[in-house]
Order: sequence, then structure tokens, then C-alpha cells
Amino acid sequence: MTTTADAALPEVPLRPSPLLEVSDLRVTFRTRGGQVYAVQGISFTVEPGQTVAIIGESGSGKTVSAQAVVGILPRTAKVSGSIKFKGDEVVGRSEHELRDYRGRCVAMVFQNPERSLNPTMRIGTQIAEAIQVHLPVDKDEAHKRAVELMRMVRLPAPERRFFEYPHQLSGGMRQRVVIAIALACGPSVLIADEATTALDVTTQAQIMDLLMEIQQETGTALLMISHDLGLAASYAEEVMVMYAGKVVERAPTKELFAGVRMPYTQALLDAIPRIEAEPHVLLPVVGGRPPDLSEIPTGCPFAPRCPAVQQDCREQAPPLRQHEPGRWWACWHPYKKEPSSHG
Amino acid sequence: MGSDVLLEVRNVVQEFVLRDFGGAKGGVLQAVSDVSFDLHVGETLGIVGETGSGKSTLARSVIQAPPPKQGQVLFQGEDLVRLKRAALKSARRNLQMVFQDPFTSLDPRWTVASLVEEPLVAYQEGSREQRRQRVNELLDLVGLDPVRYGDRHTHELSGGQCQRVAVARALALSPKLILCDEPVSSLDVLVQAQVLNLFEKLREELGLSYLFIAHDLALVKQVSDRVAVMYLGKLCEIGPVRSIFTGPLHPYTLALLNSIPSPDPTVGRRETASVISGELPSPLDPPSGCRFRTRCPRAADLCAAEVPELRQLADGHLVACHFPLSGAGDSQAQATAAAQVAASAAVTSAVATGGADGS
Repeated sequence: MTTTADAALPEVPLRPSPLLEVSDLRVTFRTRGGQVYAVQGISFTVEPGQTVAIIGESGSGKTVSAQAVVGILPRTAKVSGSIKFKGDEVVGRSEHELRDYRGRCVAMVFQNPERSLNPTMRIGTQIAEAIQVHLPVDKDEAHKRAVELMRMVRLPAPERRFFEYPHQLSGGMRQRVVIAIALACGPSVLIADEATTALDVTTQAQIMDLLMEIQQETGTALLMISHDLGLAASYAEEVMVMYAGKVVERAPTKELFAGVRMPYTQALLDAIPRIEAEPHVLLPVVGGRPPDLSEIPTGCPFAPRCPAVQQDCREQAPPLRQHEPGRWWACWHPYKKEPSSHG
Repeated sequence: MGSDVLLEVRNVVQEFVLRDFGGAKGGVLQAVSDVSFDLHVGETLGIVGETGSGKSTLARSVIQAPPPKQGQVLFQGEDLVRLKRAALKSARRNLQMVFQDPFTSLDPRWTVASLVEEPLVAYQEGSREQRRQRVNELLDLVGLDPVRYGDRHTHELSGGQCQRVAVARALALSPKLILCDEPVSSLDVLVQAQVLNLFEKLREELGLSYLFIAHDLALVKQVSDRVAVMYLGKLCEIGPVRSIFTGPLHPYTLALLNSIPSPDPTVGRRETASVISGELPSPLDPPSGCRFRTRCPRAADLCAAEVPELRQLADGHLVACHFPLSGAGDSQAQATAAAQVAASAAVTSAVATGGADGS
């Protein structure tokens, strides 16, 4: 792969190292049924202040990739490849070293705020705890900073809310608390793993707008993990589409949606019910299921379901290559660029 | 269309009494408050609303699980609320429900075939052999190979396959109406499309009617003939799908429409001003008058004083709002109108409505 080759030549200092650089990341799980190749060599970079979205279905490896970046994979996982934060290698760090890296360098917001918060602790205390774990501040200072953070995530009446418990808040409010905890130590990269999936559309819009505002205020980079291409289209600058543990297409958002190359991305896009569509119109559907990740397929992993499949797709897996500036895809027979209707 | 009405819901009220718990104060929670609508034969009525809007409770009130505290649910002219146990059981065979999470709504210890057979056994339909044949038919109908999947358990199936089993089970007694409570929300987008298409196919082949509950407006548009929008237990707006989507009359419906992220980046993000702010008020203590007024950019004194009645403004398009949006024109223009109204400080008078209509 070209990316691997690039990463193997560190002595050419073309530009300062990116904020987060993942190259040829592979994650394998040992299970009773054998090996599961959850992530099969993905590479990407995140620059300061950038919003990158990783899109994929359940089991595509998007969450596992994020967990590898934060270093919270279970022990059954074997990680290879490289994850560099400001040029420093993260893979292989001890738990002690990782503790310093988490929170200050990268922080994560999870899907379910109910499970991210301790139901028996006051929300203010939970935010203050996150500050005290990572920074050398006393209790009063932590309290003061927690209230500031609550104001930053637009929790109304933070001084009073400080003493409330998670069950007294709505789902959207709880997710704001989780975001406050993630922001406690001013991370450079915020990873939002399906952070708005469990929320209502109106609340989702509020939380996404909040994340965008925080990004503008603090310059934090945002790595969005989602199954929702619509969400990525609205908020991300760059989109990576994952399928069966691999990145199959990667492009700046505007260019991607102006002309999709990889048939899988097109299938994802077609399957979204459109508000513009007429009622009772059937959606174009691809049959089948994602492949079993306990073995690495010889051909393209999407070949069995692909509407544009040809013989060579089944024989050899297409590598992810940069075909146009900023546009990467892994496909032997990509869709041709259509005359853009969007101008 | 008086003759082909399948379901008439009249002034249904569902309440729950909550005791004080922890720091939370109890009281009477009116989950569904005076809701009325009709559903015709072969029609799909979509119900949308946020969490806590009462849409699931409404569906449960329709199937009498539990029966509503007040009001009538007339199914083919028969009031289900008044029916006794045996009569209700025989009426219910025409009303079936499909839930959000197939893994928790299906018993993991049962095989697929026995899950689909259970309703037939419960209603003593046919001999064992006839039932077995019916199960095979049903599994074929929902696109599962009976030989391959009949003996499996739910944990051996994917989410989409599992939901197909739930649909087959709901179809077992040849119902007239299926109540779907967020039936595809837990599925991946490609699988979601497959299951949605299955619902469409069944509607056409079997002439089914659906009450389709979802929080995703685009999805509701895909399947529905008419749409009802609920907020905090009240019906805000109900009407044909096209007029709801092209000319929403209730500010809440417009806000919902504006909250949907579009899969086309050239459309861009909607103005933050047109997305509603704030939180759903406590259903234990709903705002006086119009329940949406605390988050509404058009709220005026009248909205706090008087509960807006559901009234017809266009053909079959009803809205419960003192200051409805103009209805004509595209939603984009209205978004701007709503944003302008929000921006101007003088929203307290009805003049603002006139101004927005004129722009």
C-alpha cells in the first residue's frame, strides 16, 4: 500500500508531523472461535481543528479503530501498526503512560450517556474528578473549572446543576455532561463515537452544533464515528468509509458526495430514506451481509454484494490508493465521475 | 371516506400515576392527552415525535395494553375499550405489533418456527400440520428460507433477520392493522432499507394498514400516506404526507424537519436559529395553553392562555396552533421566516404572524 510506503520513510521531513497519524493499524481479537480481524490496516491523519468522520455499519471496525487510538481495547486485542500523536508512538505504551495521554491528548464521548456516567455520583463531582485525575489542582479549583465546563457545554444554571444526579437530567443534558468530562483536560482530539445516535433529531442537532462551537472556541480536532452518512455530510470536512475492517473510500466531504466512486459508499447513500423522495418508493437495496471477519477474504470484501462486481474483484483485493488529490478509494471498477449536478 | 375507516381513535387520554422516587417528585403523568385520528383501510399513518411525546403509549392504548383512561378506540366500528376479555382477544387478532428491538421482543430460547407458530397456537388455528405449513408460508413471505432458518434461535440471526421473524409472527393471524413501534431504528442503514421494502411489499400484497411510529421524519415520509406529529402527548399536526413535508403548518413540525442532517453537503447545515432550542418540559407539569410554547419562536400571550384546538386549514391537513405557518411555499422559505420571527423581539403580538405570512 502506498500509505505504508510513505510511513516507512520518516527521514524525509516534508512537513511537520500531523496531530494524529494512524498508519497501517491492524487490530486482531483472539476469541474461542479463532482470530477475528476487526481492523485490517487503516491509515489516516487528523490535523488540528479538523473534523473527520469515520462511517460504517456495525462490525465495520470503526469503533475498534477509535478504541485503539484512545488505547482502551480489551486485552484480547492485538494491535499492530502505528498510532502517532504529535509524532510520538502510542501503540505499545504502558497503562501508566496511556493514562497521561488519555484525557489530555485524546478524549472520547460514547454513544450511551446513561452508561458513561455514574448514576450514584453528582454530575459536578464526576466532571471535577476527571480534572483532578489528570491535572494537579485542588478540590476548589476543580469545582470552579467543572462549573466553567458546564457553562461551556451550555448546561443551564451550572452552579445548581453541579449537585444534581444523572437521572435528573434528560438524555441530551447527560450527553452534555459526558462532553464536559471529555473536555475536562483540554484534549487536542475529541472522538465522538456515535455520540448523538441515541438522541432525538432535535437534540442531535443541538449536540452537533455544540460540538462545532466548542471546536471553534478551543481548536480541538473532532473524529466523528457514525453510521449516518447524512450526519457526516452536514458536519465533517473529510469522510472515511469503512467496510469489513478496511477503509474503502476516503475523500473531502464535498467531493465525496459530488461523485461517489466506491459502490459500497453509493449503496450506503442510496439506502438512506430521503426527505425529497416520493412516498412508497422502494429503496435500492443490496442483499447479503458483511463478511465474516474471522478470515481475510482473497478478493474485495464487498465483492459478494457489489452490483458492479467483475471477475478480478473476487481474485484480488483492491488496495486503498490515492487516485486524485485527496481522494482515495479501494476499488478495481470505480464509478466514473458523473457530470456534477450540484455545480 | 366514511365507509373504509378501519380505526377511529377518539379523545384518547392515557395517564400514569407516578410515586415520588429519589429526588423526583411524583404526580399524574398524562402521556397521551386527548388524541383523535382516523386510519383508513390500506393506509399507513406515520406518527413522529421526540422521546416522551407519547407516540409509543398511543400505540399501546390502541391495542389496549393497557387500555386508555378515557376516550374510544373504534376498530371496524367496535369500541375496544369497552370489550371484555374474550371479545378483546378475538378483536386483537386483527391488530398486531412489531417492536423496535427484535432481540428483546422475541424469546431467545424459542426456535424461529415456534416463535412464528405461537400466535396460531394461542388462537387454536388449524392442525399441527396446517400450522407448520402456514409458518413456512410466512417465513417465505418475509424472505427467510424456512428450511435454513426454521430451527435456529434468535442469537444465530442478524438484527435484520430477527426483525423479519418478528414481522412474520405479527402476520401469522392475517391481521388488518400492524402497529410498528420504531421497527427499523436498531438496524443498520442497508438492512433498514431491506426491512422498509419488506413493509412496502406486504402492504401491497396483503392490503395491510400500518400505524408506523418513528422519530426519523425521512423514514416516515418513505412509508406513510399521512403523518401525525406529536409533542408532549398532544397531536400538533396531522395531514397528508406531501403537505406536511412541503408546507408544515406547526412550528414544531418545521423545527423537526430542519433538524434532519441532509446527505447532501451542498445543502449545507441549516441555520442554527431554525433548530429549536431548549428541552422537552416535564410531562408531569406541562406548560399551560399550547405545550410547545416554551420552545416556540412564535409564542405569544394567547399561547399561554388558551389550548389551541386541532383545526383544519387545508384539505385533510389539521393543525393545533394559534399562529400556524403559512403552509404555502417550500420549507426553506419558512425556515427563514421562522428565523426572522425568532430574531425580532416583538413576537408577543399576532402582528408578527401577519408579517411572516407576507414575506
